[in-house]
Amino acid sequence: MTVLALDRDDLRAAIRDRRMLLLLALAGLLVLVSLVGLGLGATGVPPSRVLAVLADALTGRAVSGGDALIVLQVRLPRLLLGLLIGAALASTGALMQGLFRNPLADPGLVGVSAGAALAAAATIVLGDRLLAPLIGPLPFGALPVGAFAGGLLTTLALYVVATRSGRTSIATMLLAGVAFGALAGAVMGLFSYLSDDRQLRDLSFWSLGSLSGATWTKVMAVTPFILPTLLAMPFLARGLNALSLGEAEAFHLGVPVQRVKAVTILLVAVAVGASVAAAGMIGFVGIVVPHVLRLIAGADHKMLLPASALLGAALLVTADTVARTIAAPAELPIGILTAAIGAPFFLWLLLRRQGGVVL
Amino acid sequence: MKPALVAGCSDERSDPVHVSGPTMTMLSRRTLLLASPLLFCASHLRADPSHRIVSIGGAVTEILYRLGRQDEIVGVDSTSLFPEEALKTKKNVGYVRQLGAEGVLSLNPTLVIASEGAGPPDSLRLIEQAGVSIVRVTDEPSAAGIAKRVETVAKAVDAPDRGAALVAEIEKGFKQLAEAKARVTRPAKALFVLSLQNGRPLVGGQGTTADAMLALAGATNVASSLTGWKPLSDEGLIAAAPDAIVMMNHGPGGAASDPFAYPAFAATPAAAQRRVIVMDSLYLLGFGPRTPDAARDLMASLHADQVVAVKP
Repeated sequence: MTVLALDRDDLRAAIRDRRMLLLLALAGLLVLVSLVGLGLGATGVPPSRVLAVLADALTGRAVSGGDALIVLQVRLPRLLLGLLIGAALASTGALMQGLFRNPLADPGLVGVSAGAALAAAATIVLGDRLLAPLIGPLPFGALPVGAFAGGLLTTLALYVVATRSGRTSIATMLLAGVAFGALAGAVMGLFSYLSDDRQLRDLSFWSLGSLSGATWTKVMAVTPFILPTLLAMPFLARGLNALSLGEAEAFHLGVPVQRVKAVTILLVAVAVGASVAAAGMIGFVGIVVPHVLRLIAGADHKMLLPASALLGAALLVTADTVARTIAAPAELPIGILTAAIGAPFFLWLLLRRQGGVVL
Repeated sequence: MKPALVAGCSDERSDPVHVSGPTMTMLSRRTLLLASPLLFCASHLRADPSHRIVSIGGAVTEILYRLGRQDEIVGVDSTSLFPEEALKTKKNVGYVRQLGAEGVLSLNPTLVIASEGAGPPDSLRLIEQAGVSIVRVTDEPSAAGIAKRVETVAKAVDAPDRGAALVAEIEKGFKQLAEAKARVTRPAKALFVLSLQNGRPLVGGQGTTADAMLALAGATNVASSLTGWKPLSDEGLIAAAPDAIVMMNHGPGGAASDPFAYPAFAATPAAAQRRVIVMDSLYLLGFGPRTPDAARDLMASLHADQVVAVKP
């Protein structure tokens, strides 16, 4: 009730404060789960030792020994990869839901996941041997490169299909994406029919997603694709907010609608392509994290995009920490855990609100 | 973590080289440098000579037990189903193709013995970076492949004599098997069914371990026109006309379903005599030390109507 007594500027300031608070809380959560992730693992490295190793590494002092290897070569690259991919999946989910004005949109809608999966299946079954000469001696083999290229090419093709005289029809892109998804499913079925025992198992594990085998090379490889995307996203917030009123309305508000569409699709394709290439298919994060935040703090993309990045990163890091400790020394596929951790929370939030999904 | 063996160090146990304090101080830096490989060896020899092994792959674990090195195993993968105590008494590092580097390293191993299919490669690379040597073992499903596997494992755990004895025993088993096979006058026409979901048989074609096993048992694989594990159509099944169906049971409680409950199976010659042979999965397809026995058992079951004179 007190809010009503405030004048307009105060109201704006109050909303801003609340959002700042939410972002700060999410950043705090992220730092917390990151520290827990660094501190927990199959190997018992005491927290004080973890901090000492990190401090030594940061100050450039020589670090060696088994603990340092575990912290610096196993856990740290894995943490960073989880942060980047979680942030990319969740924030591109928010971008897609804004662009398609549809709460069921997820990063896969522009064909990037299906294209990447198809290319990955082709790479697994047709073998590094066939593709290696094309790609050369890369430090991480043909699979991630193939997946990344497949995702990008598919998105580009769908974009071209949906664009007539400089205007992209989002509805056409959606339908073309569905058609391509079905085609990709069929061809993947063919690949799994052609695959041998080993390839079939590789295929099924790839489709479950995993951060296992995270290395600094992989972190370095995905950073140039994901980090600029995250930094560029806030510039799209105004355009996406206007788009929620409808394309014509956004255009009359002075939003360069076609450019917003093109840039959004490009960012999603690049970030999700890199994520899928490095960690396989990790579902759920992209579709549900933005919803959770909309339920908590409303649909303004200025808040939604950075908050999604933070919460997505926190969710994936938490899921990965659970994945590699719950059955230690064995590991669970992470795709199972993102849903197992996120879904009950989402349902609880929905039930508590009783208001259904807001977009 | 123990230091890795340096080239030139002998594997043989010998008296540890003792370097007393005063002598050390008198050594020049150059001498120390020259002597360092020796010191390295010495520290290795003085350490507990046994390994801490993580065994990846059912056949590898089986071989280590047969070599009497089970006490040195600290972890196994989830396919190490025989002997049963392996998964009961050792830490499980997960599925052979989905290993986590930290999980394996948490067992503080000195040696990882892994079947060819182990992965992912990045995890193995990290394990190697941590100074743990990884010995890769061939997966080839043949008599020669098994012998090579035993030799590789025996060499890795410094047990060449026991390894040679085990190879000799296995080779003897294969020789007896060949003799028995020579007495089979009419090779059975067999079909290997991996799974039977909803009556859809997934069968073993060329290049599968099942195909190799049927050949060892002196049978003809009626699915040899297929490559790999493939679903077989009802008409294909009837046309293949197997005399016998071979299936696996996956551990205790995992009994195979009755194939003759399905019409297409009921129309095969196998159904007339209700010839379905169910065997333990790892025993049958593990291609480890027990393979000659498994092949002999399978041969006896498949050719029960003929005098094959199979002695255990």
